[in-house]
Amino acid sequence: MKKSKAVRYNKWGYIFLLPFIIVYVVFQFIPMVTTIYNSFYENYMSGLTQIGPNFVGLENYQKLFTGGDIWVYAKNTMVLWIMCFIPQIFLSLLLGAWFSDTRLKLKGQRFFKTVIYMPNLIMASAFSMLFFTLFSDGGPINSLLMQIGFISEPYKFLSNTGSARGLIAFMNCLMWFGNTTILLMAGMMGIDTSLFEAAEVDGATSTQVFFKITLPLLRPILVYVMITSLIGGLQLFDVPQILTNGTGDPMRSTMTLIMFLNKHLFSKNYGMAGAVSVLLFIITAILSLIVFKVTGNDKRKG
Amino acid sequence: MANNNEVSKGMGIKTRRIIAYVVLCIITFFCLFWFYVLFINATRSNGELQAGFTLLPSSNLMTNWTNLYKGTLPILNGLFNSFVISALSAVLCVYFSTMTAYAIHAYDFRLKKFIYPFILMIMMIPTQVTALGFVRLVSNMKLEDSFIPLIVPSIAAPVTFFYMKQYMESSLPLSLIEAARIDGSGEFHTFNMIVLPLMRPAIAVQAIFTFVSSWNNYFTPALILHDDKKKTLPILIAQLRSADWLKFDMGQVYVMIAFSIFPVILVYLILSKHIVQGVALGSVKG
Repeated sequence: MKKSKAVRYNKWGYIFLLPFIIVYVVFQFIPMVTTIYNSFYENYMSGLTQIGPNFVGLENYQKLFTGGDIWVYAKNTMVLWIMCFIPQIFLSLLLGAWFSDTRLKLKGQRFFKTVIYMPNLIMASAFSMLFFTLFSDGGPINSLLMQIGFISEPYKFLSNTGSARGLIAFMNCLMWFGNTTILLMAGMMGIDTSLFEAAEVDGATSTQVFFKITLPLLRPILVYVMITSLIGGLQLFDVPQILTNGTGDPMRSTMTLIMFLNKHLFSKNYGMAGAVSVLLFIITAILSLIVFKVTGNDKRKG
Repeated sequence: MANNNEVSKGMGIKTRRIIAYVVLCIITFFCLFWFYVLFINATRSNGELQAGFTLLPSSNLMTNWTNLYKGTLPILNGLFNSFVISALSAVLCVYFSTMTAYAIHAYDFRLKKFIYPFILMIMMIPTQVTALGFVRLVSNMKLEDSFIPLIVPSIAAPVTFFYMKQYMESSLPLSLIEAARIDGSGEFHTFNMIVLPLMRPAIAVQAIFTFVSSWNNYFTPALILHDDKKKTLPILIAQLRSADWLKFDMGQVYVMIAFSIFPVILVYLILSKHIVQGVALGSVKG
């Protein structure tokens, strides 16, 4: 009697899952299959003539890997990610340690947390447009630097590889370090306080506590933060796209993988776009599996 | 070594506190400076902007705004489109994500062991990698220039689902649902009338996150919306960027950026406490 009642209720599990499953299948699963399918076909516009779709097997992938462009863009993406991630994780660890340090008793924590998280919610394209105007050759930053006598003629921020990449990395770092800080802080708060107390009794300095207790115990969260940041880094698009107007200038040094994908999507070269997508999908799937393995147990426990 | 420890401990706290405050102030400056400049520049006319940089606002905010919306960019349409898409996405996303989480949380069914890990696994897959198939699907369905492909997919949002599931585990006791059943409440009625109100704090946080990410989204809308009247703010900004921008009245450019950024900041400042807490709650430890 009891069992049949439970079964009768449990069919509602399926009913409540239905909207998710239908929408997932239509808008994510089917597109994924079409993407993979397209990657095996030659399908593009050459001038005004439509080429294909013809089945070409792995030819798109072959073209992709031997063409050389993909390596340049993969390298750009990685360089930009590293330039953004290293200062970001350093800042976040520092701030997280300060915020969660009970001996330090920092005041105004809520204010600082509010401020550092704010850039995360900013429209990346508007933020890039803002930086583009501020750092343009005749823009406010140049005129400010000239007014205080720091430079004598405008510095071309967007025409030099170093400064263009630096700006992109800086903007991304600014947008994401608050988020990382809050995640790491939540992890630090979760560490058993008796460990810190014991260390204090033993006369450990804050530096020792940080390196000997906090950091090792934080390792799973650090791995999580790093891999999710890497997945996010692979998706880098809005900022360089708007900042460089999609050209990836100077000399394609800021062209990322998703910008490359976007270019193929706009020129309707579906075969190549498919191959790039599948490549990105495989990389993110592997990275996701690592995240899943690292945090999977935690998650199921909730 | 012991001596060294004592020294750094003795002067430690105070010095470290000062260092911490100085660093935090520098960081605060770097976080806020851009928005301050944006605000100042949005109030200055093109002529004033060409003359150089100042820290004080001028009085041309309304003039810039009037020039902007009388200009060629359909800015009011953009604001309206962005708002409609973001608001509807947020509503659908939180309602159905809560429903999905409830299905996993409150019921035991055979496929649950398979579906729950599956959703967690697809959580990280970015939308960009399926964009090609998505664009083709949308054009096959004749839904280009329609808001539907930008709104409806938010029903299947694994990240929001995960957050809701975490929240339910901490604050939705199954005994409550049992009690509702004994009182003769139907399952759907229980969900709408008992579960949803209890989930209100989580729903508020996630609604904001979904709204903001949809408001800020540039990649997907740019692939779907081609008609000028249908475009959202990020696409218009990208258009502004690709136009020969030197010909532009820079005052208008700044006002437009300000109108894309400041509404979100305003909402954030009002609700910041919940949002910052929400970020931590959605993290690994939950």
